[in-house]
Amino acid sequence: MASRTPLPQIPGTNPFDGEYAKRGYALNKMCFSFNSAENRAEFLKDEEAYMRKYGLTEPQAAAIRAKNVLQLLDAGGNAYYLAKFAGIFGLDMQDIGAQQTGMTKDEFKAMLVAAGK
Amino acid sequence: MAKIIGGLGTSHIPAIGGAIHKGLQQDPYWKPFFDGFPPIHEWLKAQKPDVMVIFYNDHGLNFFLDKMPTFAVGAAPQYVNSDEGWGIPSLEPLKGEVDLSWEIINHLVDKEFDITTCQELLVDHACSLPLKLFYPEGNYPVPVVPVCINTVQFPLPKAHRVYAFGRAVGEAVAAWDSSKKVAFIASGGLSHQLEGTRAGFINKDFDLKFMESLLTNPEWATQFSIHELVEKTGTQGIELLAWLAMRAALTVGEGAGVRKVHSNYHIPISNTATGLLALEKVS
Repeated sequence: MASRTPLPQIPGTNPFDGEYAKRGYALNKMCFSFNSAENRAEFLKDEEAYMRKYGLTEPQAAAIRAKNVLQLLDAGGNAYYLAKFAGIFGLDMQDIGAQQTGMTKDEFKAMLVAAGK
Repeated sequence: MAKIIGGLGTSHIPAIGGAIHKGLQQDPYWKPFFDGFPPIHEWLKAQKPDVMVIFYNDHGLNFFLDKMPTFAVGAAPQYVNSDEGWGIPSLEPLKGEVDLSWEIINHLVDKEFDITTCQELLVDHACSLPLKLFYPEGNYPVPVVPVCINTVQFPLPKAHRVYAFGRAVGEAVAAWDSSKKVAFIASGGLSHQLEGTRAGFINKDFDLKFMESLLTNPEWATQFSIHELVEKTGTQGIELLAWLAMRAALTVGEGAGVRKVHSNYHIPISNTATGLLALEKVS
C-alpha cells in the first residue's frame, strides 16, 4: 500500500484532516447541534448531561468545561463547528484569537490592524 | 443561449450581517469595507443580471461531517437561511433557478465531476450576505444557484481541480437555452485564520497578487497545492478557491477577457483581510 509523505508542518496550524475528523466526531456533532436555539438552551441547563448525550470523550469534555480553544482543537474540534459553541457565550473571533495566541484582545486587534499597513 | 455578464468576489464574515442589521455602514470601523460597494451597485443596476450562480463554502449549517461533499450543487426552488448558532439574524430565503441547476448538474456529471445534488439546502451567511451587500435595498431581486465547495474537512479539492470545475459550470451556463443574463459570485476569503496559535494570520502581499492574477493570469493560483495555499493564506483563507471557480467560469464563451469594474481590499474586518472584485466579461 502506498503511503503518503507527511506534509511539512505549517507553524501554529493543523489542517482539519481525517485524523482530526475521527478524533473530534462527537465534539463536532455536539457543536453542530448548537445551530438550534432549543439545543443551546438544553446545553446551558445541564452541560454535563448534554455532553454525555453526545458521548464526548474526557479530553473533549474537559476542554468544553475550560472553554479552552487550543484544547478543543487538540480534541478534534473543527473551527467552523466550534464557532457555534463560542457563540453561546457571546465570544467573538477576536476573543478566540486572543485566547489562542496568549495576547490580550486589544493586542490581538492591533496585530490585525498592523497586517494591513 | 444565456449570456455570462461577469463575476463578483467578496468576503462573507458573519459580523457583516450584524453591521447591516444595526446600520453601521458609515461607522469608522465598517466604512472602508462598505465604501467598496457603490460602484458595484451601479454596475449591477446597468447590467441587470437575471440569475446569480454562487460559489461558496458551507460553515456547518447544512453539511456536517457525517456526509461532506467535495462539490455540491443546489437544485431547490428556494434556499432557506436559518439559525447559524452565533446570533446573527436569519435572512429571508433565496429563490432558486431550478432549470439552470439541472443544466449545471447534467453538464458537470457529463464532464466527470461526481457532484452531490441538493433539492433541499440550507444556505448560510456565505450565500446570503454577498447578495445583501450587492443589493442593499429590499429583498433579493435575483434567483440563485448555490454551488458549495468543501473547505471544512481536508482533503480539499486542488486549486487546479476547482478551476476546471468552475470552467465546467461556466460551460453549462453558456449552453443554457435561455435568454437570461447570468453573473457569478465568489464568496469567501481572502487571507485569514481563525484557529491555532497562528490565529489572526493575514498575508496582504499574497492577497494582492492573487486579486491581480484574476485579471491578468487567471490560472496563476493553480500552481499551488492546497497545503501551500493554507500556508500562504490561512486555514480559512483557502476559501479563495471560490474566487478561482468564479474566474474560471468567465473564461467560457465568446471572448475570454475580462475588465475590472471595481476592486477594494481592506484589513481587517473581524480577523479577515477582505477582498472585493467585480469583473465584466468582454469580447
